[in-house]
Amino acid sequence: MKVFDPRIGNVHSIETFGAFDGPGIRYVLFLQGCPLRCKFCHNRDTWETHENKLMSVDEVLADYNKYKNFYKKGGITVSGGEATLQIYFLIELFKEAKKQGIHTCLDTSAGVFTEKMLPVYDELLKYTDLVLLDIKHIDDEKHKWLVGVSNQKILEFANYLSNKKIPTIIRHVLLPEINSQNEYLERLRTFIDGLENIVGIDVLPYHTKGIMKWKNMGLEYPLPDTKEPSKELIKHAEMILKKDFKYMENKDK
Amino acid sequence: MSVWDGFKKGRWSETIDVQDFINKNYKEYRGDGDFLAPATKASTKLNQMFIDLLKLEKEKGGVIDLDTKVASTIVSHGAGYLDKKLEKIVGLQTDAPLKRGFFPNGGINVAVKAAEAYGYEIDKDVIEIYTKVRKTHNQGVFDVYTPEIRRARSSHIVTGLPDGYGRGRIIGDYRRVALYGVDFLIKERMADKERITFPMTEDRIRLREEVTEQINALHELIELGKIYGYDLSKPASTAAEAIQWLYFGYLAAVKEQNGAAMSLGRSSTFLDIYIERDLEKGLINEVEAQELIDHFVMKLRMVRFARTPEYNQLFTGDPTWVTESIAGMNSDGRSFVTRTSFRYLQTLYNLGTSAEPNMTILWSDRLPEGFKDFAAKVSIDTSSIQYENDELMRPKHGCDTAIACCVSPMAVGKEMQFFGARANLAKALLYAINGGRDEISGKQIFEKTKKDVIKADVLNFDEVWDRFDKTMDELAEVYVSALNIIHYMHDKYSYERIEMALHDVDVVRTFATGIAGLSVVADSLSAIKYAKVVPVYDEKSGLVTDFEIVGDFPTYGNNDDRVDSLAVKVVDSFMEKIRSNKTYRDSIATTSILTITSNVVYGKNTGNTPDGRRAGEAFAPGANPMHGRDKSGALKSLMSVAKIPFNNARDGISNTFTIIPQALGKKIEVEGAITLAEDIQVNNLVDMLDGYFKSNGYHLNVNVFTRETLKAAYENPELYPNLTIRVSGYAVNFSNLTDEQKREVMSRTFHEGF
Repeated sequence: MKVFDPRIGNVHSIETFGAFDGPGIRYVLFLQGCPLRCKFCHNRDTWETHENKLMSVDEVLADYNKYKNFYKKGGITVSGGEATLQIYFLIELFKEAKKQGIHTCLDTSAGVFTEKMLPVYDELLKYTDLVLLDIKHIDDEKHKWLVGVSNQKILEFANYLSNKKIPTIIRHVLLPEINSQNEYLERLRTFIDGLENIVGIDVLPYHTKGIMKWKNMGLEYPLPDTKEPSKELIKHAEMILKKDFKYMENKDK
Repeated sequence: MSVWDGFKKGRWSETIDVQDFINKNYKEYRGDGDFLAPATKASTKLNQMFIDLLKLEKEKGGVIDLDTKVASTIVSHGAGYLDKKLEKIVGLQTDAPLKRGFFPNGGINVAVKAAEAYGYEIDKDVIEIYTKVRKTHNQGVFDVYTPEIRRARSSHIVTGLPDGYGRGRIIGDYRRVALYGVDFLIKERMADKERITFPMTEDRIRLREEVTEQINALHELIELGKIYGYDLSKPASTAAEAIQWLYFGYLAAVKEQNGAAMSLGRSSTFLDIYIERDLEKGLINEVEAQELIDHFVMKLRMVRFARTPEYNQLFTGDPTWVTESIAGMNSDGRSFVTRTSFRYLQTLYNLGTSAEPNMTILWSDRLPEGFKDFAAKVSIDTSSIQYENDELMRPKHGCDTAIACCVSPMAVGKEMQFFGARANLAKALLYAINGGRDEISGKQIFEKTKKDVIKADVLNFDEVWDRFDKTMDELAEVYVSALNIIHYMHDKYSYERIEMALHDVDVVRTFATGIAGLSVVADSLSAIKYAKVVPVYDEKSGLVTDFEIVGDFPTYGNNDDRVDSLAVKVVDSFMEKIRSNKTYRDSIATTSILTITSNVVYGKNTGNTPDGRRAGEAFAPGANPMHGRDKSGALKSLMSVAKIPFNNARDGISNTFTIIPQALGKKIEVEGAITLAEDIQVNNLVDMLDGYFKSNGYHLNVNVFTRETLKAAYENPELYPNLTIRVSGYAVNFSNLTDEQKREVMSRTFHEGF
């Protein structure tokens, strides 16, 4: 049996010019494996937990440092898949990154968050400058349909981050006629209003570029009829989610 | 009251030293662009007249009018205007806007051909004079060219040599006209002449004659001012005069010379001193200051030369490379950013985007943030700016460096270059394989390295490199010899009198060679080294005319040292070989990796290459990776190019980069109650530029648009009359490219993030 080494991560891919996942230009490490089953997933090929490309903390940071001149206002973002599936690796990576003065950002859907893991999360968040938290749907039943699991743990995680005052950006993929209705957006807004650690709210317009990945894997795309949202709809959603929102003072910014 | 009132005196007030004047008197500006003024009514009206003329120019097949009788000199034509009442800055190359001058000194045949291409006929008597009475540069060169050079030239292993057109890339220090007035410049030059004494060696005789010619040209410059009603003999006393004086200096140059690149230098911070003084005195306000710059820039947009169809293939879209270098750092820790640096860029909004003047930012990560943000925003909005690494250039050329043409750095008024086009190294690699024979014609082009065609089932890297190394030796000798002849003759028959009058007498000269096809060679060598390359022999000629590649190989543009190091090795070796040859007038040998738009023509004239590129296919421009082969993202592509060592490519390394706007980050719209953060795209572009130049990248053309936009402009040109794009080292109106070039530009790598 293989010995577990927290300094080794199972990597799906690397984007050296990440302009979307946190402030500045970022080195985005996509980890392999995801427990969620989002019907609109645009990285379908990251779900499986099989071994893909193994990289050590040192290898990742050595690669990062090749491009560090570009990341002056950016840093490293770990995404997925679901990054927290490899939380022990994350801890090692972020701990070392912080030693080198690198801004760390965790992009997560909190798909495997449980209370009994709290001490481990506490440790991770010591080295995490910013969390990008995806909330896919505020309605639990719809969430189960859309993602395959309940949203309870995800919302708990949001509250947990709030209690710890970890700077967090809420990200919401806007899916027309699935989560774009006023009712859902307003309920989501009410939930976010209750959080005290929010530094940004990002409406991510759903796009269909991920469909090819399903097709390439010989899979049927679960949301063939869903369209990309119109500009008006995006603005409408932004109004509901952002208007007069009270953001936390972000010390980093 | 003296014209220098309010200026802090120094060395500059005793002797010619523009840099000292600037250092003692400029005010760095560290704010943002909020102070900028829009175009005035007069500017808008004039600009519309200019735009209408551009339309007419296009309708008439590219040329509005062309002088067929009067050879263009500093004083050859009377005054010409767009609208005399509205123009704050005046002066045209001929007596009418966009009417092209006739420049026979470079070569009468070339001038005749250029005129014919647009349906004009040069006066017969004039042709006779320049054929029978007065010899031209072109004639001189061809009188001396050797058979080796002729073969190399006709087989296109060296192409684009300035043997039939003005060499250009010489920047007069036009600021001297404004600061000192021409009388003082003449006085100084007379004193210089007195110092050139016995023994009268060939060098000194030539220099004494040149200095005399320079003095004559300065007298003509005064005459040019008089034609328009100005007295240039005295220094400029206001901002309007300073701009006008400086422009007359430049105008004299483009009336006398039709050099390929007629660059302006580094004028914005110099002029800012005058503008600030007038603003403080209350003589002008911001709107008027901007209007002066707008009118000046409009004039720079109107510079024209008649070119032959062959020339246009190499350098498409009527480029004149009125390159203006903006910003950069001072050795005292300040930047050279002033409000006028912003005003220059603002012209791209006030007058619309434009290819000229070739706005060039000398970048350093230490530039004020407000300026960096503004430049990045202008790039995103207009794709009209290029960037060069001030931190690499300054240690070599000092704080008053400007770019000539696209990427050639030189200290203004102190250094000049002998421009030398470029050698086709991809073809040289094929010559190495084929023993010096041309892969297309089959002719024996290189005699010294004549050899049997390589015999192998699979190409062996060491053997190919050994042959390539020797081929480059021969290429360098032929190439340098050709350039020596060209520059000897150019000095003799088409000397840049006014431009050199605005240099120090003891000028430093560089000898600028160039490389085309670098990425093709690097990938070809990589294929030979890391995959199996099987040569395919043509039965008839016995030449290797194609290659079968078995297996994978790393390609340049992915930050993979295995192949990037091959690109570096090629540049290092080539430069060493160039240096081992004697260069004209003890000039310092340099090389550039820059193709301009000639990458298309070079590719057209080159057979199949071992990297899998098909015969005739365009090369990548400049030092760019081949289209579509830099597959691992924007940064890796940039990092590969940044490895090419500036020390062995001191004439510049050009990288043309295209990114789709969305890849730079989410565009945040400000609307209604939603107040949103800073512009993410601007920030990310600034970080990208900081990162590239910190990583020793030398030059970056930044294009921000999508392939779809280009496709739409290709299909419906009438809807995109002003789409400006950066090609290799300059900007061009997309609609002015040839069909082939448009398709090449569309096939380039568009970085899309992920």
